[in-house]
Amino acid sequence: MYLGKVVGNVVCTVKDDALVGQKLLLVRRDDGDGTIVAIDAVGAGVGERVYVCRGKEASFAFKGVEVPTEATIVAIVDEVQR
Amino acid sequence: MILAKVIGQVIATQKESSHEGKKILLVQKLTLQNQLEGEPFVALDSVDAGIGDRVLAVQEGFSAMTAVGHNDAPIDAAIIGVVDAVDLVEME
Repeated sequence: MYLGKVVGNVVCTVKDDALVGQKLLLVRRDDGDGTIVAIDAVGAGVGERVYVCRGKEASFAFKGVEVPTEATIVAIVDEVQR
Repeated sequence: MILAKVIGQVIATQKESSHEGKKILLVQKLTLQNQLEGEPFVALDSVDAGIGDRVLAVQEGFSAMTAVGHNDAPIDAAIIGVVDAVDLVEME
């Protein structure tokens, strides 16, 4: 998983059936590795700090539905203690 | 698996159910010379590691899920050991 910040929304009218009703968000990675589109599983919104699960595991956030995602927001970060 | 160092703890109230009750740690890869390398990533803890610990981490879904006891969960990295010592016999 990696940390990032939600910097925008993505709207798609035509999309895979399993993506209907899912929120697509733009997440800027903290590690400087660009900005990705992620599906939100926790009710995140623009401006929030989050962490993202990558890969096949990302689709496991949606129980019982095969959602074609390789990046899913799985938590909203309150704080990082170092 | 990689050797890594725990450099922080992530606090998140709102999170996916499989992450609830787990310690969420920020870790960064270590070189064999014990230097931090690359960018930090987030991993779920399965061994009660803490900030400053040198740990063994996995960055692959199945092993991470198995370590924290959740199958089919959105978890792609976990800490699976706290390293006591590394005995490097021969350096390439």
